[in-house]
Amino acid sequence: MVGAIVQKQTSSGVHPLKFALWLIIISIIMMFAAFTSAYIVRKEEGNWLEFDLPNNLVINTGLLVLSSVFMQLAYFAAKKDNLNQLKIYLVLTLALGTAFLIGQWEAWGDLVNRKVFFGGSDANPSGSFLYVLTGVHGFHLITGLIFILIVLISGFRFKVHSKNLLRIELCTIYWHFLGGLWVYLYLFLTLNH
Amino acid sequence: MASTDISLHKDVHHDHEAHDDHDHHDQHFIFKYIFSQDHKVIAKQFLITGIIWAFIGGALSSIFRIQLGWPQATLEWLEPILGKWVEGGKLNPEFYLGLVTMHGTIMVFFVLTAGLSGTFSNFLIPLQIGARDMASGFLNMLSYWFFFLSSIVMFLSLFLETGPASAGWTIYPPLSALPQAIPGSGAGMTMWIVAMALFIVSSLLGSINYITTVINLRTPGMSMTKLPLTIWAFFLTAILGVLSFPVLFSCVLLLIFDRSFGTSFYLSEIYVAGEALANVGGSPILFQHLFWFLGHPEVYIVILPGFGIVSEIIATNARKPIFGYRAMIGSMLGISLLSFIVWAHHMFVSGMNPFLGSVFMFLTLIIAVPSAVKVFNWIATLWRGNIVFTVPMLFSIGFVSLFISGGLTGIILGNSALDIQVHNTYFVVAHFHLVMGSSAFFGMFAGVYHWFPKMFGRMMDEKLGYVHFWLTFIGVYMVFMPMHYVGIAGFPRRYYSWTSFDLFQSFANINMYISLAAIIAWLAQFIFAFNFIYSIFRGRRASANPWRSNTLEWTTPVLPGHGNWPGPIPVVYRWPYDYSKPGAEEDFIPQHIPYSQTQSSNLPHDKD
Repeated sequence: MVGAIVQKQTSSGVHPLKFALWLIIISIIMMFAAFTSAYIVRKEEGNWLEFDLPNNLVINTGLLVLSSVFMQLAYFAAKKDNLNQLKIYLVLTLALGTAFLIGQWEAWGDLVNRKVFFGGSDANPSGSFLYVLTGVHGFHLITGLIFILIVLISGFRFKVHSKNLLRIELCTIYWHFLGGLWVYLYLFLTLNH
Repeated sequence: MASTDISLHKDVHHDHEAHDDHDHHDQHFIFKYIFSQDHKVIAKQFLITGIIWAFIGGALSSIFRIQLGWPQATLEWLEPILGKWVEGGKLNPEFYLGLVTMHGTIMVFFVLTAGLSGTFSNFLIPLQIGARDMASGFLNMLSYWFFFLSSIVMFLSLFLETGPASAGWTIYPPLSALPQAIPGSGAGMTMWIVAMALFIVSSLLGSINYITTVINLRTPGMSMTKLPLTIWAFFLTAILGVLSFPVLFSCVLLLIFDRSFGTSFYLSEIYVAGEALANVGGSPILFQHLFWFLGHPEVYIVILPGFGIVSEIIATNARKPIFGYRAMIGSMLGISLLSFIVWAHHMFVSGMNPFLGSVFMFLTLIIAVPSAVKVFNWIATLWRGNIVFTVPMLFSIGFVSLFISGGLTGIILGNSALDIQVHNTYFVVAHFHLVMGSSAFFGMFAGVYHWFPKMFGRMMDEKLGYVHFWLTFIGVYMVFMPMHYVGIAGFPRRYYSWTSFDLFQSFANINMYISLAAIIAWLAQFIFAFNFIYSIFRGRRASANPWRSNTLEWTTPVLPGHGNWPGPIPVVYRWPYDYSKPGAEEDFIPQHIPYSQTQSSNLPHDKD
């Protein structure tokens, strides 16, 4: 970081990067608020294809919630300087997150098999919306996985411990947010089907 | 600059990274001026890019004003610039739409959002709150370079064979979604969307940085109620940006899917060139809702920085405390809040439920209240002040004038019944060009003239400044006042030519007049450009505090270095508007002067 200037004190007592992360989370929330309100507005107008949600979304939701639990355990492990546990929990989080993504991919396959398409002449916005919501969430989840990977690598380099918690703290916040966002989307979709 | 080397990681002093944070005195040219992380350099980058864009945007409007003013003229002399867009001496009608679209896009986003917020938020936030730099210099640098990339893409789209995006700056589908509808909806629209996606990333990175910096990096004593109004304005602008730009992103993402992936979010039952499209089930109104949820806060993103800059300059040059400091903050908060619940007043005639229309009309008209509070406070600040008519002061007063003139017609347009007559006419064009276009430009000019000495260590030439002001001020009124009449008569905007309507023949002269004024006003800006460039190198050298102002940026050296203050950061003891305080030796007391040093002027409650 050439020429970067850092100040010691902050007037709010919160680390600026943590604060910035919350703002990023707010902007992501606004994106999904736009999508889900567009969904409701569009649904009210009629010409709306009704179909059942893919069955494995429940399992995916469970996987993601479980990964959030492991993420929290990893954070506790880092706090207690339990570095071996930290790595194990992070790997588990990473694995469950990846499993969730694969599960979402299979849900898409299931939709295609039932002829609910994203685009093309047979597509209805009700199906397209499902793809967009899961797709954009999936994209953000990939960024979360990359973040976990970075924390894991720095964990192997002994850079994550009780005196250097910022990185894993930010990662935990982001990952919980992505989990919470999915739970919201899942409930939203279930209630609107 | 040992004081700047402190690590932010309070609990990781042994961390290796901390060693990388050292300040480098002898930076390579590339890192000092191009890929710089210094907020002052980034601000100048935004400013210069913004100025270049403003000239391009102005040139586009001059071209379409020539077409509107002299519809019968042959434009062969423009062929060297426009090439085959001039066919047999006539401007290509589809290119005309491209010109209008690009003029709007460039001015709203590239000049008055990035050029204005990007410049002054970057420059003033750290200097006025007493910080060494932005919370993250790296993200700040990224913010500029995303903007730069976005600029390149948008600029290149002007030279496409099929023309730039042509569906208006609001890019309503189906026109923007179907390449067969208009040539500009092909590659031009694709590049528009790519450029805007990059722009949104840039804007979000910038806004997140501004908010974080204002919340976290204020110097001791600088409470939120001691902040200069500029900072309040930039802070609220950034909040609006964080909340509204992601919605535009969602909106445009769905448009991308409609354009390229065969979805039907916005498209339904369309026949183009005798052919029925397969898209069924979409809703173009949905796009308008999503777009204007950004679009309306966006106009406040454009005008709020102007509010802040003008408040600061008027108080400084009237040598009086700003009238109603807290009311100013309150009204800005009110305007920011209201900006999110009035979007549908752009859609009164879209077939929306008339009951909803009246709700949005009610909310829209409430905006008149905080706006009037602001105008009243500016005038009350000027009232019986020892006004110093510097160039920035003239532009600030011009801002207030334009904001009133343009704001009044907003009350007419905000009425859903009156809007049926004037919607989509030149009345609307005149309204928003006065209230947000010209006003924001005046705020920007005021800011450039006022903070030029802090940016470049030299003064801009005053005489040229006065000439620039009067030509621009008179020019703007000569353009937009007659436009109201044209609009009331029913002239629709975005039309290439009205010569086929006998009704509108009688307005040919007034259009010629508007065009002439617009071109003169545009040419007057070259005086500014010359003054700006000349003064950077040859201007009169500035003193440390040329306007005798109170805010912290004037306590830095004439040319602040990396880290802004060579010594410790000044501590703040008082609000920024202690001008002409009775009993004080001078007519201004800067924010960093403790009350213990100003016994003669202290009021009973003034204690450190």
